[in-house]
Amino acid sequence: MAEKLRGLAFVVGDNVDTDQIIPAQYLVYSLTDPEERKNYGRYALSGLPPELGRFVQEGQWQSRYSVIVAGRNFGCGSSREHAPAALQIAGVKAVVAQSYARIFFRNAVDGGFLLPLETDLPLHERIRTGDAVTIDLDEGVLTHEPSGRSYPLRPIGDVEAIVRAGGLFAYARQLGIIKANP
Amino acid sequence: MGMTLSEKILARGAGKSAVRPGDKVWVQVDVLMTHDVCGPPAYAIFQREFGKGARFWDPAKVVVIPDHYIFTEDPHARRNLEELRRMAREQKLPHFYDAFSPRYSGVCHVTLPEKGHVVPGSILIGTDSHTCTSGALGAFATGVGNTDAAFVMGTGKLWLRVPETFRVLLHGRLSPGVMAKDVILRLIGDIGVDGATYCALEFQGEGVASLSIDERMTLCNMAVEAGAKNGIIPVDGLARRYLEERGVDCSLAEASDSNAQYLATREYRLEALVPQVARPHSPAHAVPVTDCEGEPLTTAYIGSCTGGKLEDFVAAAVILRDRKVKLDTYAVPATVAVREAIGRVQVDGKSVEQILKEAGVKLGEPSCAACLGGPEDTFGRLRGKEIAISTTNRNFLGRMGSKEAKIYLASPATVAASAVAGCIADPRPFVDERSWELVAQASRGASLPGVGNPG
Repeated sequence: MAEKLRGLAFVVGDNVDTDQIIPAQYLVYSLTDPEERKNYGRYALSGLPPELGRFVQEGQWQSRYSVIVAGRNFGCGSSREHAPAALQIAGVKAVVAQSYARIFFRNAVDGGFLLPLETDLPLHERIRTGDAVTIDLDEGVLTHEPSGRSYPLRPIGDVEAIVRAGGLFAYARQLGIIKANP
Repeated sequence: MGMTLSEKILARGAGKSAVRPGDKVWVQVDVLMTHDVCGPPAYAIFQREFGKGARFWDPAKVVVIPDHYIFTEDPHARRNLEELRRMAREQKLPHFYDAFSPRYSGVCHVTLPEKGHVVPGSILIGTDSHTCTSGALGAFATGVGNTDAAFVMGTGKLWLRVPETFRVLLHGRLSPGVMAKDVILRLIGDIGVDGATYCALEFQGEGVASLSIDERMTLCNMAVEAGAKNGIIPVDGLARRYLEERGVDCSLAEASDSNAQYLATREYRLEALVPQVARPHSPAHAVPVTDCEGEPLTTAYIGSCTGGKLEDFVAAAVILRDRKVKLDTYAVPATVAVREAIGRVQVDGKSVEQILKEAGVKLGEPSCAACLGGPEDTFGRLRGKEIAISTTNRNFLGRMGSKEAKIYLASPATVAASAVAGCIADPRPFVDERSWELVAQASRGASLPGVGNPG
């Protein structure tokens, strides 16, 4: 885990579902083919309502925003792991939300795609898309640069060992549940 | 202190005498299910992590059911079906319901119980959020992503956090024209789309016992729409008969202890429930149908793991008999067995298929079809500013293929009544005690084929 993470925020509301994160029609693309998988970056968050603005600019393959700030129940809906993968491919390092749907959270942690961080506060009402934010993981705070205000993040909890290992497979190798090398 | 049904199953899977909510346990998985959208990427992770020549932990416990993008010319979707075939070949998987083969079945969550893959007391993991459907037969069934599935492929194991159990007690019986879909929409409307997040949602009471297996599947199917990890119903006599007809071992069937601890309990009197409609764009936007009667529609859709089972079509047929639809109406049976049954099962002397066709309903091939939009050429996919009423499970923005469209969720009875009326309509005036009894009769009398030998 990097200790500090700085980037521009993209702000969404409550209940952003996986169909908005990556619409089902794009799930046909390979996640392993190096060229084909770029489509997931291109279409990440393309299902959002138009009034939230574009997460990835027309003709681009990645987003300028690397931190998503959301309300409650981020990632609800389908179990598609393509959702956290699409955000990672688009360049997202962390999501900061009030809560997550459990399969999205699991997928983000076990696949090591991004950091699903939690906050008790409705930061999506205090931060605007395009604002620079810094996340200090050791201190457990997010700093909103335009206002200079810092907000506490909840401890990662139960799954911290998996997050620190970088995903389920690395964690299971540490525990000796699976062999060191394939 | 006692344990709930879900806790008992996870304790057994973890090899422990007891577990408590919040425990993180490694469990032995009994069945892993995957399909054409998540099977290929899960297999790619499996090969990356375990090596090209690695073998699954137990090929007989892996069930592969392509269902999402089948009847499409999309070249990537076709390629993914080929990838699935390669996986089945390399791993010598006995339970592969391949597309365009005589074994093709259709929607995975309806196929699993139909073909006898759901064993009460077992742990069933699937790469699809609606895997929770199989809890209707007393299994702990939940959805995971590709990485978790790849891990199970190699080890047969998975870490799980033992969920708190949220109990829903159902009393009485539903009135004619009211269905399990109305119960689950009302519940989600009351507790919200994250009202049961991380919980096991267990349905109990004589109201559950009064429901058919198809209807119980509808309840458990949408548990995930309230954020739940699994939906579950203890096995009773009816479920036991259904399972035994399919040669399924019921010896591990369990129920919650009388002194089990629940996070919360909600109670519903079924006879007081009226048909529900979830307004766009959330399953939690449920209102009584009487609050939105007459609202305009362009399209009606009957299908999916939620609303494409035999009883769903029989309920629609009771309303559509000798009537014409005024909306663009699509019907997609979940499975080949459901498709065959609607050609055979009669409502007042006419087959369900004949009734649908005479009413002007377009009948599609068994698959997930437009429930999740899918490739451009998907049957029933919404285009532009259509306003649909659908028996499916999600009405999120863009879910059925068009971001400009609106989707209302409802029971098959409400969808059929609305298709006839040309706008949102209450199904109750279309049915009476006698005609509604035909739904239960037809479903009871039509034991689906595929019995006995899991494919």
